[in-house]
Amino acid sequence: MKTLQEAQAEVIEDFSMYDEWLDKYEYLIDLGHRLPPFPEELKTEDRLIKGCQSRVWLDTTAEDGRLFFRADSDAIITKGIISLLIGVYSGRTAREIAEDDFSFIERLGLRENLSPTRANGLASMVATIRETAKNHV
Amino acid sequence: MTQVEKIRKEFPELGERVYGKPLVYLDNAATSQRPLSVIRKWTEMSEKYNANLHRAVHRIADLATAEYEATRDAVREYLNAAAREEIIFTAGATASINLVAFSFGEAFVRAGDEIVVSEAEHHSNIVPWQMLCERKGAKLKVLPVDDRGCLRLESLDALLTPRTKLLCVAHISNVLGIVNPVREIVRACHARNCAVLVDGAQGIVHERVDVQDLGCDFYVFSGHKVYAAPGTGVLYGRRELLEQMPPYMGGGEMIGTVRWSGTTYAPLPQKFEAGTQNLAGTPTLRPALEWATALRESAVQENLETIKLFILNKLRSDKRFRLYGDPEDGKDKIPLFSFSVEHLHHEDLALILDKMGIAVRSGQMCAEPLMDRFGVTGMLRVSFAPYNTLQEAEYLMESLERAIKMLER
Repeated sequence: MKTLQEAQAEVIEDFSMYDEWLDKYEYLIDLGHRLPPFPEELKTEDRLIKGCQSRVWLDTTAEDGRLFFRADSDAIITKGIISLLIGVYSGRTAREIAEDDFSFIERLGLRENLSPTRANGLASMVATIRETAKNHV
Repeated sequence: MTQVEKIRKEFPELGERVYGKPLVYLDNAATSQRPLSVIRKWTEMSEKYNANLHRAVHRIADLATAEYEATRDAVREYLNAAAREEIIFTAGATASINLVAFSFGEAFVRAGDEIVVSEAEHHSNIVPWQMLCERKGAKLKVLPVDDRGCLRLESLDALLTPRTKLLCVAHISNVLGIVNPVREIVRACHARNCAVLVDGAQGIVHERVDVQDLGCDFYVFSGHKVYAAPGTGVLYGRRELLEQMPPYMGGGEMIGTVRWSGTTYAPLPQKFEAGTQNLAGTPTLRPALEWATALRESAVQENLETIKLFILNKLRSDKRFRLYGDPEDGKDKIPLFSFSVEHLHHEDLALILDKMGIAVRSGQMCAEPLMDRFGVTGMLRVSFAPYNTLQEAEYLMESLERAIKMLER
C-alpha cells in the first residue's frame, strides 16, 4: 500500500493535469459515477454530514485498527470529491488519519475554487473523517 | 449602443470577469447589482456627511439629517404612502418583519389568536411569526399554494376567523416568481378585521407599488435587492396601527424623556428607529429608487418581457425541466424561474454554470416548507434584472445544455 503522502501526491498530480475547471469537473463527475454503490439502508440520519447543500452520507467500519470508509451523495460532483477522499484515507490506520493535517485539500485547490457553500460541505466531510479517526485512536 | 448596454455601463460589477469569462449575473433575486449613483452616494455619505443624525446642532449633522430625511420623503413618494411618519428605516425586510412581529404582537395578539402566512413564504416571513405565536400562545395557519404555485384563494375564507389578527404574504414569492393578488387578499382580510403585511422584497423590484392602492397595513422591503446598499430597508406601516404599537428596541433617538420613574417615546417615525442608523447606506435608497423608476420605462420592460417569454417557452416545452411557479396566465410571472432538471442535482448544475461564468442560485432558497410542498431538496433558480440581455438568456440555456450533457454521461 502507498503511504498517505504518496497517495495524496498522486491525487494532486492527477487533478493538476487539467487546466480548465470544466475539465476538472469532468474528472470529478467520472470519479463520482465510478464510486461503488452505497447500501440504501445505510442512508441514516446519523451518517448524514451537516453543512453540505447536497446530502452526503459517510459510513465507517474499523478492522484491525484500520478504518474503511464508504460514502454517497445525491450530487455527482460531491460524489467525485468523496471518491478522492476515500481513495486517500480508506484502509489506513486511525492514527495515521488523525495525525494528518489534511493540507492536501488546499494543495488540490479544491477549497478555494468550489463555491463557499460547497467548501463548507467539503470542510464538514473532512472534519467528519478526522473526528472519526480521532475517536478510533 | 443599445439602451441595455448603456444601462449596463452604470453597473460596474456587470463588467467583471469570472474564471476568465464575462460575468453573467442571474442571481438578482438574492441581491441586485448597484449602479454608480448609489455607490457614489454611499461614499459621499462617509466623505462629506458623516455625523450622527437628529442630535447635534453642528453643520455636518444638519446636512446628514437632511439627507436622511430627504430619503424618507423619497420613499414615501415612491410608495405613495399617506404620510412620511409611516416610513420607518430598518436594516432590511427581515428586520422590518421582526419589528412588526414584536410590536404588532405586543399590541394586538393574545393567546388563542391566529396569524396566517402563505405556504410560499421566505423563512423571514415564517420564523418571526412562529416566534410570536410561541411567545403569545397564538396559532400559525397556512394559506396553501396549488401545483402551479398559485395561492389557493378559495381556502382563504375558511382560514380567516374572528381570532385571525394578521395575514402575511409575499407580494411576489422569491421562489415561484408569481405576483400575488394582494389587493384581493387585502379586501378579503379587511372584511374580516384582519390586518395584512406584504413582504415586498421581490415586489418592490418588479411592481409599481402604491401602498394606498394595495390597501395593505404593512409593506416591507430590503434596499439591497432594489439597487441600494445592503443593510438598508423599509417598513411602511399604516399610521393608525404604528401609533398603537409599542417600540421594538429602546435607546437612541426613540425616546421622549428618560426618567428613573419612566420613559416616554418619540413620535413616529423615530419611535421605531432606535440606535445609530445606517448613516451611509439608507440615503442610497434615493438614487436606487430613481433607478427603479427609470428602469420601468417601456423599452426596458419590453426587453425583460422578451427574456421572460424566451425562458418560459424553453422550460415549458422541454420535458426534462420542471418549472415551479407556472401560472396559466404568464402575465403574473416575473422573469424569475425556479426549476429542476430530470435526474440531476441542482448543486451540480449550479457549480458547472458557475465555471461558465453564470451566477445562479441553487438550494432551498430560504423556503424549506415550499421545497417540502413540491417534494424536492432544492431547486435551481435564475432571476433576471432589467440590465440582463437576451444574449445572456440564450447563453444560459446553451450552457445548461452543456452542463446536462456533462452530468448525464
